[in-house]
Amino acid sequence: MSTSPAQRRRIARWSVVNTAVVLYALFPVWWIVALSFKDPATLSDGSFVPRRWTLENYRGIFATSEFTRALVNSIGIALISTVVAVTLGTMAAYAVARLRFPGKRLLIGTSLLIAMFPPISLVSPLFDIERFLGLFDTWAGLIIPYMTFSLPLAIYTLSAFFREIPWDLEKAAKVDGATPAQAFRLVIAPLAAPGVFTTAILVFIFCWNDFLFAISLTSTTAARTVPAAIAFFTGSSQFQQPTGSIAAAAVVITVPIVVFVLLFQRRIVAGLTSGAVKG
Amino acid sequence: MTRLSEGARQERRLGWLLCAPAVLVMLAVTAYPVLYALYLSLHRYDLRFPQLARFVGLDNYAAVLSSGFWWEAFQVTCLITVVSVAVELALGMGLAVVMHRAILGRPAVRTAVLLPYGIVTVVAAFSWQYAWTPGIGYLVDSAGEAPLTDHWKAIGLIILAEVWKTTPFMALLLLAGLALVPEETLRAAMVDGATRWQRFRLVTLPLMKPAILVALLFRTLDAFRIFDNIYVLTQGSNGTGSVSILGYDNLFTALNLGIGSAISVLIFLCVAVIAFAFIRLFGTAAPGSEDTGR
Amino acid sequence: MAEITLEGVTKRYPDGAVAVRDVSLAIADGEFLILVGPSGCGKSTTLNMIAGLEDITEGTLRIGGQVVNDKAPKDRDIAMVFQSYALYPHMTVRQNMGFALRLAHVDKAVIKEKVEEAARVLDLTGHLDRKPANLSGGQRQRVAMGRAIVREPKAFLMDEPLSNLDAKLRVQMRTQIARLQRRLGTTTVYVTHDQTEAMTLGDRVVVMRGGIVQQTGSPQELYDRPRNLFVAGFIGSPAMNFLPAAVEEDRLRTPLGDLPLDDRLRAALARRDAPREVIAGFRPEHFEDAALVDPERGGATVTVTVDVRESLGSDVFVHFALEGGAAAAEQLAELAADSGLADTGAGGPEIVARLSARTRAREGERLRLWLDTAQAHVFDPATGDNLTLPGHPRDTAAG
Repeated sequence: MSTSPAQRRRIARWSVVNTAVVLYALFPVWWIVALSFKDPATLSDGSFVPRRWTLENYRGIFATSEFTRALVNSIGIALISTVVAVTLGTMAAYAVARLRFPGKRLLIGTSLLIAMFPPISLVSPLFDIERFLGLFDTWAGLIIPYMTFSLPLAIYTLSAFFREIPWDLEKAAKVDGATPAQAFRLVIAPLAAPGVFTTAILVFIFCWNDFLFAISLTSTTAARTVPAAIAFFTGSSQFQQPTGSIAAAAVVITVPIVVFVLLFQRRIVAGLTSGAVKG
Repeated sequence: MTRLSEGARQERRLGWLLCAPAVLVMLAVTAYPVLYALYLSLHRYDLRFPQLARFVGLDNYAAVLSSGFWWEAFQVTCLITVVSVAVELALGMGLAVVMHRAILGRPAVRTAVLLPYGIVTVVAAFSWQYAWTPGIGYLVDSAGEAPLTDHWKAIGLIILAEVWKTTPFMALLLLAGLALVPEETLRAAMVDGATRWQRFRLVTLPLMKPAILVALLFRTLDAFRIFDNIYVLTQGSNGTGSVSILGYDNLFTALNLGIGSAISVLIFLCVAVIAFAFIRLFGTAAPGSEDTGR
Repeated sequence: MAEITLEGVTKRYPDGAVAVRDVSLAIADGEFLILVGPSGCGKSTTLNMIAGLEDITEGTLRIGGQVVNDKAPKDRDIAMVFQSYALYPHMTVRQNMGFALRLAHVDKAVIKEKVEEAARVLDLTGHLDRKPANLSGGQRQRVAMGRAIVREPKAFLMDEPLSNLDAKLRVQMRTQIARLQRRLGTTTVYVTHDQTEAMTLGDRVVVMRGGIVQQTGSPQELYDRPRNLFVAGFIGSPAMNFLPAAVEEDRLRTPLGDLPLDDRLRAALARRDAPREVIAGFRPEHFEDAALVDPERGGATVTVTVDVRESLGSDVFVHFALEGGAAAAEQLAELAADSGLADTGAGGPEIVARLSARTRAREGERLRLWLDTAQAHVFDPATGDNLTLPGHPRDTAAG
């Protein structure tokens, strides 16, 4: 391939821009990774690359149940919330995108309202209600607010996906002799699957990310998720700064997100923007 | 009234049936607690002295609104919201243009940009915190002694963390808007003699307006609720607490559910006002408006 | 195969809007019937009601003698071709075409045989294992057709099946559809907004407007004897020329000049309730260069200034504008709106004449035109009815 000087200049310019963007995105991420691999002696040397690499911090957090328990909580709570939210969201989104029925606007309005809702406004009543119902500091106590707050996201994203499936296909299936159930199973569901999957990723990231509910509605390791747990690492150990442990724990919970992003970036972008474009 | 045919009635029933679970969950977990928060906010309710709980009318609101803490937190929140959203809009637009126009490395840029969106806020916040912590951080020297203990510097760093984390989301929404600008329209403007900047300002921006408004609405509401970053970076010390931090402190540090709930309700009202203002700007182009096929 | 009968079929939406009003049609077994009209005229709604995709508010629908109002589409044994083709994107051509048979639990070997037979007819054999996304527009259209014919249904319903094709392919597919329908002899209801398609394809054409049937008849019948302004203006290309006209003694005063009334027109206008102000309609081919016409022939001669001359080889179209107001009527306004001509901003009426290729007409020059007044139509501007038709039009107009 031969390139003209002008072309080469353009490529050079884009390379610079791209590098700047990538550095911007990776800067703090790299710092926490670097911290997690530093041993206690060099932890506070401020150097950008660990001088002596060690897995000590990782061994440390996996040795205690405080972190492993939180990790299990995080995974379990996020997964269950995702499954429930996506299931309910799929049903509602299908209805919103495809069916004519009174009350549809109410549903859209409600979910929009909740999407805009400040979680802190719910924390105090939920705290009191959950203590009363015995849900405080349990998995269910977190799953309930998570799925509620991710439902609008799920409905919003999914209905945008559903709307993209051409109406005529369902009509064609009906004329071809399909019952409504068959039309859904054989025609709509296979086409909706990518959208459902994308939505699941977004909802999972949302649940995985939450901090406010996690610190407010838990008090022990019974249901405390990782983001809350690492915040409580601070000061929990008297003998050394928990910096290394926090960094290691932070890296561990970052890994699944990075994997998602690497594998499904196209879908995530589509999902994040699907509703907004039409709005 | 016209008779509803069997098909329409079935459709109606199916619609309700499918929506019912979602609606019930959303109402049970939000509407009821909101009403309960309203109820709590009208009561004196301190968890340390539960036996003293009683109805006090608007006393809690009076207490909150007449205290310096609320107004300080409110100002800080507004400042953080306005500055970070403005910076995000500018940066996000730049990123969106880069992603839209890049002639090489587009997937790499997109992956990189998605990372901050996906990374747990608390994780990023800790990374920033350590970066600025004396004795650990590599950035400390660039900002002078312990920047996180200085009011203005700390607020600046909170905004920085917030901007870093959420610019990608803004950029993606704007990118979607950019994609809606027809290439032919831009070519027409080029033929009409518009410079690059004129094309952007006179063609691209107006056509992107809906996308920009959506992005601004989402981000403004989100920024106003800022909690995680502040909690990790400063715990709200040195006058850096947002209204959410204030509410949290009253609830879980002071265990004063009455005052805390009053703050919660006030935050809710603020958010409602912001949302209402934006929706007035949008017109009625809310998502999901009737556009079913004929 | 079966006949389809609609009796007083009406579609009213919950908000009270009426999409289709009191349509009665008897479609014979094996007939190719066209529903034509501008967008929003109710033709697609009618088709969807026959398919069972929309409910019938009032009236009766019979397919093969059986009332099917309340039957689901799957129980009506009809096949449909959609404008968007509605091919299942996740299935191959073979799976698409065999989907209905698979749902009907037809034996797999039989499905295979039928699909391959249909593919042979439609020249799709080489594409059977491809997905719709990898096909050209014409191929997709043929798959949609194939999906309909493998089922050997009682009737084909086609909803603008050709409008997504480019012009040349459309003409080609039009012929193929006609040939296929003749060969299979399956009752077909075909919806289109394109009057050329309607004229060339159908045994019978139903012109609809605002949910009401305007006229039903063979293409020639609609062309020669349009029942009202709307049908007259909709059928035919270039469209019929309309001029405001005043009836005076034995003349018709028009912007084109005064035209003598012959016996036919005089009889039409002599009716008791005939208005004095009418709209006259002339088809383009009812003009001719006066130099090329036997002067002994009846009709009228007028002189105009040619604006534009378009030579098509076989014919010459001559356009000219006239002074004075254009013909105004509700039905004409609707036609203009539909064709996007509502606001072309030209002052007076514009006329198109179709002349023999031998004409010497030149742009910017005066031209003597002969007009065959024996073929002229005269319409009532208030009702739009064609006054020149024998009998009272209101008695026979449907709706």
